[in-house]
Amino acid sequence: MIVRLFILLFYSFSIHAAEVQERVLTNGLKVLVKEEHRSPVVVSQIWYKVGSSYEPSGITGISHMLEHMMFKGTDNYPAGKFSEIIAENGGRENAFTGRDYTAYFQTLEKSRLAISFELEADRMRNLHLLAEELDKELQVVMEERRMRTEDNPRAKLQEYLMAMAYFSSPYKNPVIGWPSDIENYQLADLQQWYQQWYAPNNATLVVAGDVQAEEVFKLAEQYFGAIPSEKIKTLKPQPEIEQVGVRRMTVKLPAEVPYILMAYKVPSLKTVDQEWEAYALDVLAAVLDGGDSSRLPARLQRGQQIASSVGVGYDLGARLEELFMFEATPVKGKTLLDMEIALKSEIRELQRETMSAKELARVKAQVMADSVYEQDSLFYQGMKLGMAETVGLGWQKSEQYREKINQVTAEQVRLVADKYLLESQLSIAYLEPQSMRANTTAGVNHAH
Amino acid sequence: MRIKLLLVTLLFSLASVPAFAFQPIKHWQTSQGGQVYFVASPGLPMVDMRLVFDAGSVRDGKHHGIASLTNSLLETGAGQWNVDQIAQRFDAVGAEYSSAADQDTSWVGLRSLTQADLLEQALSTFEKIISQPRFEQDQFQRIKQQTLIGLKQQQEQPGFIAEKTFYKSIYGEHPYAHLVVGEIKTLQKMSLSDIQQFYQQYYVRNNAVLAIVGDLTEQQAQQMAETLFKQLKQGAKAKPVPHVSLPAKASQEHINFPSTQTHVLAGLPALRRKDVDYFPLYVGNHILGGSGLVSLLFNEIREKRGLAYSAYSYFMPLEELGPFTMGLQTQNKQSAMAIELMQKTLADFIHLGPTQEQLIAAQKNLTGGFVLRFDSNKKLLDYVAMIAFYQLPLDYLDSFPDKVSQVTVDEIKSVFQRRVNTDLLQIISVGGQE
Repeated sequence: MIVRLFILLFYSFSIHAAEVQERVLTNGLKVLVKEEHRSPVVVSQIWYKVGSSYEPSGITGISHMLEHMMFKGTDNYPAGKFSEIIAENGGRENAFTGRDYTAYFQTLEKSRLAISFELEADRMRNLHLLAEELDKELQVVMEERRMRTEDNPRAKLQEYLMAMAYFSSPYKNPVIGWPSDIENYQLADLQQWYQQWYAPNNATLVVAGDVQAEEVFKLAEQYFGAIPSEKIKTLKPQPEIEQVGVRRMTVKLPAEVPYILMAYKVPSLKTVDQEWEAYALDVLAAVLDGGDSSRLPARLQRGQQIASSVGVGYDLGARLEELFMFEATPVKGKTLLDMEIALKSEIRELQRETMSAKELARVKAQVMADSVYEQDSLFYQGMKLGMAETVGLGWQKSEQYREKINQVTAEQVRLVADKYLLESQLSIAYLEPQSMRANTTAGVNHAH
Repeated sequence: MRIKLLLVTLLFSLASVPAFAFQPIKHWQTSQGGQVYFVASPGLPMVDMRLVFDAGSVRDGKHHGIASLTNSLLETGAGQWNVDQIAQRFDAVGAEYSSAADQDTSWVGLRSLTQADLLEQALSTFEKIISQPRFEQDQFQRIKQQTLIGLKQQQEQPGFIAEKTFYKSIYGEHPYAHLVVGEIKTLQKMSLSDIQQFYQQYYVRNNAVLAIVGDLTEQQAQQMAETLFKQLKQGAKAKPVPHVSLPAKASQEHINFPSTQTHVLAGLPALRRKDVDYFPLYVGNHILGGSGLVSLLFNEIREKRGLAYSAYSYFMPLEELGPFTMGLQTQNKQSAMAIELMQKTLADFIHLGPTQEQLIAAQKNLTGGFVLRFDSNKKLLDYVAMIAFYQLPLDYLDSFPDKVSQVTVDEIKSVFQRRVNTDLLQIISVGGQE
């Protein structure tokens, strides 16, 4: 029954998949369009090839800082004007920075795409960085860091783990940057970062929605066409040096609940020698933690009842060598060591025994279904294309994903588990809670 | 450059009188009286559905957290299937089961492909979950322990402590006063028979509405709803939610916490889902703190002074008065200044009202971005379920832009003065001292 199911799924899918259309302007700006006519809405995203993994030490987090400053005005549109115009046009907008990209997006009623293009084209080259704006925005980013990391013990543990797991790779730095780097950005640092990376030939414009591709290409030419291309500096490779033994750390912070992170060095699709290995690692992640019937929830949360919560993370779309990550919270009465042993025993089983056909079929059924569900979100469709293109895989890779996953065999999953989830490639961090109570007291005063 | 942009805007807005009309919401009753709300959404071979019960945390009684816990237990065994088999049955066909509780409701949802054999397996599993949950002792203990650890972990977060204290402060003795997830103490005391009783009383046909959005014909949706509602016992509709009394006076409370930031929440009970003042309050708040990067609070606190990463306000309309909330987080030494600024921004807005320009900008944003509100099945389902549960008019979405456009400056000013009484404002801060 399962086999028949796939054939049907595949068939029904191929009817609905919209083609991506590509045009490269003469200045090097790549424009990708995915027509999707279900509702009269358009998403426009511009992706720059720059993120925290591009940053030298001393200015970590500067890509993210620059992302904030991109809302602080050009000569044509002073600070705040960009957002005001988008808002008046009923749009939603924001931006995000990752290890390998910085992206800006607007969602608008379909007839208003030109507004987004005009504004984005303007700030691609005409940003006017002002010291007084930087002073204030530095404070905002410091507050953002306090909120996301400083006051969140689990986020801190992850930050410490990354810094330990990576020695020479820039993935060791947090995307938001180290606190003292944030405090010491100079206007000139940001100016230089902007000059260096914000150019049409270092960007991808992704448009998804109720549009005609040819018209989008025309509009893109009209607004972005005149921006000259720049010479983009070649990035130093900065590969991670070989890890030659397990790394461990215990972090003691005010917290209530213990927590463990385990991270194995693995290749991404970009760094791997044989492509199938990355797809097999992705399937491996789904076998462990793809849905409630997958192994970790079924065995560690329900069966043995060791974990209160448990999860796995692997980003096959990373630009550099990646970590295959486990995270877990033990139930009351179990220790972090119990948790570590249980996780490793699951890993060992995957290394020794090939999984059943049924288990593999389940993963593939989910991937098939997801490829339909994800079309419900314009934003996500744009996101997939933008990411794949920006890390240097090419957007076509994201369109091949479903098919590649479908080709993965049970034996291949066993092989990658055996090859990569090795003790010598492991970094482990324990969060050992320290009392919070001593400092927590309540005081009431009534006004009026 | 700017003139050119205006021209572009103008040209496009003239050329595109949005001819878009979404499919209307169809409403009917099944032969046994089940309430169904359906929107056909062709194009993708998938369907989303949500069965909503009048069984939110407002029904918890003394067992704070029982609505939420009952809801999470449903999928841990039903009919002939144990928890693993249920998970396998959904995962094998790529279906996604979801469930949640909030103040007013508990709901269960399903996302599935519409291919007949896949949908059939997902639906039959879903039907068992809602109608024959096993409520086994070991699963109950396991989920309870997970919830307790989750609650304990949230004690690490100043934002969580602030929220918990804020609700207590604005609602006093009303059942909206406790968090949906409940409390460590009340959860520890809960027994399986409490859960069974809660389920028997509230997970019944007369206390439910069904929302469906997806690639089905009306006939298919009818058949699906008929089968689903047949599984439920008839039961009775839950009693009306008790009225909320406003706090007696303003108060300000600080809780010391070992964090670098102080989290601030301020507000009071303010808005019902079916409220005559809904639109002036909604549009007014959009200007005050609801419109993300361009609101007054965001501008005063973040853009002008760099005091916080996020600064916002919102109304959360409920069956009875839901909260009006303003929030921000700032490093400890600035918290007094930030709280003062937040209060002043609110007071000025209430006293002076918005300017005509601010109102026009907000109306343009809300009406111009109207189609963005339901541009996916997921978002549309949220609306349909909300309209169904709160018995809003079926043309709620259609009439939304007009209602927004009709709001005036004077209306916002007078309604805010009446409904957001700053003399009753409750302010909670959680953080370190200096």
